[in-house]
Amino acid sequence: MKVALFATCLVDTLTPSVARATATLLQRLGHEVVVPPGQSCCGQMHVNTGYRREAVPIVANHVRAFAGAEAIVAPSGSCVASIHHQQAAVARRAGEHRLADEAEELAGRTYELSQFLVDVLGVTDVGAYYPHRVTYHPTCHSLRLLKVGDRPYQLLRAVRGLELVELPDAEQCCGFGGTFAVKNADTSTAMLTDKMANVLGTHAEVCTAGDASCLMHIGGGLSRLRAGTRTVHLAEILASTEEAVTPDQHTAPAVSA
Amino acid sequence: MTATVPPKAPTFLGLPTAPRGVGHLRGDQSFPDAARGALRDGQLRANLGHATSTIRGKRAKVVDELPDWAQLREAGRALKTATMARLDDHLEELERQVTARGGVVHWARDANEANEIVTRLVQATGTSEVVKVKSMATQEIGLNEALEAAGLDVFETDLAELIVQLGEDKPSHILVPAIHKNRAEIREIFARTIPGVDPDLTDDPRQLAMAARTHLRERFLRARVAVSGANFAVAETGTLTVVESEGNGRMCLTLPETLITVMGIEKVVPTWRDLEVFLQLLPRSSTGERMNPYTSTWAGVTPGDGPQEFHLVLLDNGRTAVLADEVGREALHCIRCSACLNVCPVYERAGGHSYGSVYPGPIGAVLSPMLTGVEDNASLPFASSLCGACYDVCPVAIDIPSILVHLRAEHVEAQERPTAEAVAFRGLAKVMSHPRLWHLAQRASRLGRLIARGRPTLPNALPPPVSGWTRSRDLPTPPKETFVESWVREHGS
Repeated sequence: MKVALFATCLVDTLTPSVARATATLLQRLGHEVVVPPGQSCCGQMHVNTGYRREAVPIVANHVRAFAGAEAIVAPSGSCVASIHHQQAAVARRAGEHRLADEAEELAGRTYELSQFLVDVLGVTDVGAYYPHRVTYHPTCHSLRLLKVGDRPYQLLRAVRGLELVELPDAEQCCGFGGTFAVKNADTSTAMLTDKMANVLGTHAEVCTAGDASCLMHIGGGLSRLRAGTRTVHLAEILASTEEAVTPDQHTAPAVSA
Repeated sequence: MTATVPPKAPTFLGLPTAPRGVGHLRGDQSFPDAARGALRDGQLRANLGHATSTIRGKRAKVVDELPDWAQLREAGRALKTATMARLDDHLEELERQVTARGGVVHWARDANEANEIVTRLVQATGTSEVVKVKSMATQEIGLNEALEAAGLDVFETDLAELIVQLGEDKPSHILVPAIHKNRAEIREIFARTIPGVDPDLTDDPRQLAMAARTHLRERFLRARVAVSGANFAVAETGTLTVVESEGNGRMCLTLPETLITVMGIEKVVPTWRDLEVFLQLLPRSSTGERMNPYTSTWAGVTPGDGPQEFHLVLLDNGRTAVLADEVGREALHCIRCSACLNVCPVYERAGGHSYGSVYPGPIGAVLSPMLTGVEDNASLPFASSLCGACYDVCPVAIDIPSILVHLRAEHVEAQERPTAEAVAFRGLAKVMSHPRLWHLAQRASRLGRLIARGRPTLPNALPPPVSGWTRSRDLPTPPKETFVESWVREHGS
């Protein structure tokens, strides 16, 4: 299958290793990966901060960049949820009905990574090897908007060498919430503290998730505390094999580039 | 650079919102400021963490045992949607039926009118004391203060409301107004404020309940007027309903000669049959019980039985304005169960007082700004990480996250002058919609590498708004190359 990779603005700019791992993984599974160079952002940050009118040209750019793609995969539950639940709605509200229809049509072919692997490709064992103690944080939008359910667990359980430990109160938000993390920094930090306490309580070496944004939040907190636990995206774990660990996989502190 | 200013919507003066200067829908501080203080209160954090996780667990257990919960929830949502679509008809039917059964219906445009009506009705009875059933509507309009200003003594009879009243405190939860107090703190309040209380009172819950009971019993027996709210009002029969746990409500609804019920207009349901759905949804969602201990229903006046004078005050106070908002109107479906508060990670940490309104938590963060007009509660729609836990547990499936996002936009679009944030977001929108500009901006972000001076993370001290992040979290140093750049370099475009 020819898969168009939507890196997402955050991953592309700050954690390119996550997009690289996604591409490596899909190629290893025998699929052709294309990266439309015109891509930027899904528009979620604008919509969720109150700039829904301003988000419309961003949505239009996204639709232009991915027009004609057979399947679009992004290593982010949150961005895919925004593509599914917000893009067409903000376009329609602005009277851009054609754009809304196109966005809706494109959303139908857009998948979060774990859903794409399990539901579309029908694989749970991707042949990965990752000899570490790992805990999984189900990010809110993957969990509640996309309902990815146990797909990430299925994928992680099939990884050789990986010891999966349960995260207590896993379904509690880490406190990221986009601009919430800055506008309500104190409350966000209080939520993060409790999340980190749970993560550290597992004595996992690695906290993983399907969203680089939430991981940047949890990882940013762990790094500030000089905790040994680091955050690694699900794609990076799945891309790792005995022969080739991901290009950027090294036991560095949480958010190191 | 010139930011593109989007076309302004035509000015619609709109329907009246809840007036300023009366009631408890507005706080003195923004949410982030109020939360900052609350987050440092270790006792509050412990009390809330304990209480909300206990109720969360109870709710989950009794909801899980119903195989048809999803259908029940959908029925609740559909009934509310249909009712709101013809709210005026249902209210007029309710008025006809209540009147036909000997009650008197009063229409109150806002908090001031409602307070005046109730004060006048109480004064007309010649009494100086009022007993109250727990009611959100009367807290919303500040009825106690209005009655006290008229020289009347008001006694809250719900245990948690009593704790709040005696402690000269404010409610912090819809169902459990004193959720922020633990039993040691309650013992202290009772020991200090209840006249003639047992000097050996301990913090044993039973002892505390008995102390309140003795204190209240006297007031029930001598009260001639009671004021209540209502959980539901059935239009076809003119029946009012109060659902409670303690039985204090039953005392107030049956013993006094005069009963005055203040009810938000959204509480009406068309038929008696509709209660079948809501009386299953409400107790399981609120207290985590299969059925609440006391459900009182009454229609008008029954000669020789219960109050011989019944007044129903129908309160708008901004609700028609909410109804006019096609996205936000769903908030009127709320049955005040408070399940959304109990699962909210923001509420659990910041506490109810941080919201500044009697309606805290996720539902409060949408309801309060709509009742007052969003500019009077502009920080509340942003007091959420949009995690969506509230939507999942709402028994009538109110999509609270979508309403929060909608209200954020309403706030942004209400600004007459462009804020610094708006300029930045408009600029960024332009950049993100033009790949060439976007790639330039990404390259510019690499200036962060200079600041980082070879370290894997950026310095902690950065100017606002980035400081909001970096005060407690590290930011990674931007990489040398973006993913798309490296891919294009390797594969061509």
